[in-house]
Amino acid sequence: MIWVDTVVQGILLGGLYALFAAGLSLVFGIMRVVNLAHGDLIVMAAYLILVLVTALNLSPLIALLLAAPLMFAVGWLLQQLVLNRTVGEDVLPPLLVTFGLSVVIQNALLEGFNADSRRIGAGSLEIASFSVGPITIGVMPALTFATAILVTLALQLIFYRTALGRAFRATSDDPDTASLMGIRPGNIFAVATGLGMVVATIAALYLGMRANFDPTIGPARLIYAFEAVIIGGMGSLWGTLIGGIVIGVAQTVGAAIDPEWQILSGHLAFLVILLVRPRGLFPAGGR
Amino acid sequence: MSTLLETSGLTAFYGDFQALYGVDTTLAEGETVAVIGANGAGKSTLMRSIAGSVRQAPEMIRLNGTPIGHLSADRVNGVGVTLVPEGRRLFPSLTVEENLLIGGWRSARSGPWTLEEVYRLFPVLKDRRGNPAMALSGGQQQMVAIGRALMSNPKVLLCDEISLGLAPVVIRDIYAAVPSILERGASLIIVEQNIEQALGIADRVYCLMEGRITLEGRPGEIDRAAMHDAYFGVQA
Ligand SMILES: Nc1ncnc2c1ncn2[C@@H]1O[C@H](COP(=O)(O)OP(=O)(O)OP(=O)(O)O)[C@@H](O)[C@H]1O
Ligand SMILES: [Mg+2]
Repeated sequence: MIWVDTVVQGILLGGLYALFAAGLSLVFGIMRVVNLAHGDLIVMAAYLILVLVTALNLSPLIALLLAAPLMFAVGWLLQQLVLNRTVGEDVLPPLLVTFGLSVVIQNALLEGFNADSRRIGAGSLEIASFSVGPITIGVMPALTFATAILVTLALQLIFYRTALGRAFRATSDDPDTASLMGIRPGNIFAVATGLGMVVATIAALYLGMRANFDPTIGPARLIYAFEAVIIGGMGSLWGTLIGGIVIGVAQTVGAAIDPEWQILSGHLAFLVILLVRPRGLFPAGGR
Repeated sequence: MSTLLETSGLTAFYGDFQALYGVDTTLAEGETVAVIGANGAGKSTLMRSIAGSVRQAPEMIRLNGTPIGHLSADRVNGVGVTLVPEGRRLFPSLTVEENLLIGGWRSARSGPWTLEEVYRLFPVLKDRRGNPAMALSGGQQQMVAIGRALMSNPKVLLCDEISLGLAPVVIRDIYAAVPSILERGASLIIVEQNIEQALGIADRVYCLMEGRITLEGRPGEIDRAAMHDAYFGVQA
């Protein structure tokens, strides 16, 4: 029974990693570029929520509703002013620019908030739990997981059921022909990055409520997100959710064997899947 | 008939390579103009220049007298000039119907063409509306490409080799759509390598060779020997 509990906790933890990854997956699916500053942008959003919660004395949920459109604007501007100048045949420029951005964001946060670790207070939610048979489930992990499913579902609906989603897919297929159809690829990319930042803000809320954060933890979140995207198969949104779950389960199972193994076993699961299925579990094209 | 679209002294470059050397053409309201020429003559470059994929000096291309040469492709589409690109270029991730809907992305331009009207023009597409675009036969894919362009309700429809690689009977089906397109108010520029096809459909023909217009005239009035020279170059 202890193993069932371990796996269930792992699945729920996977929800958090899936949230870290969903925005990355969306943007990669449309632009075929990886934003190396994604983790730092999540941390930035967490500070934004923290400021709204403490300065305006708002509840975390209300703070999220304010922070999300602000982060959409950040993503939109970032894409229009900076990243659109780097997209093209060569994949190196966007990598270099977002790597630089990662460093800039970390230092700016250090400057603005110092290196102390912070937390977004969630009151009694932090320790609330309920029982399913013999298994005790934390309300916060359960909420995180439910949110991950809802976010994935919402992105999936936008992608496959709306005019915006059609434009996303058409622009991803062939930006030149899309522009012949009246679409401005740069605008579509900016909306995609903005949407990715909205998802990142949701991830930031859970990041900040569940654990301490400081300005330097972004790159580690990026690695989990990146692994989830690759395990799931680049460009597949449901695959990314599964990828997050794989890492979460590997971590809790590893930790059950030996607590020191938690982080490492997540990375090992990633490496094994990369060896067995280099294109991930659900590669795009075979959706 | 008033001039709708006009190129004057149109030049085009790919890096150092010059593909067009001062091309002058006009298209009147309601007219069908054919552009013929051998491989590499610059026909697609001319179409892509008008459509905004290759940027130009503003005055080199005018629509109703307004310079549009400097506009990007999405804005040229917005002012009512739409290209059916060579090789169709359908979106593989999209179904037939989604490809058509993408053509109507700019809902600002309303007009006679809707999804229903496109299906009336090409009924076979209605049965295949949910299929991935690339699952269709070549002729049906070409119909999607034309329908997709029509969905933007263009004043000027540019067609780049819409008969390429298709069987004669399929080509006939596709060209059978032209009268309906004209009836609903579009004017056409049609690029063709098939000279008979071009002469059969066009009000006027331009012959393009090595980036220059070498002949212009009405199909009935063009001398075949002159056309041969204009197409292949004067025999030594
Ligand atoms: N992207 C490009 N880069 C460099 N040169 C190009 C490019 N596209 C076309 N060219 C060159 O420009 C010239 C005109 O090409 P274009 O495609 O306009 O000819 P075309 O008349 O459409 O030929 P076809 O009948 O084969 O379609 C050719 O010499 C071609 O090699
Ligand atoms: Mg061509």
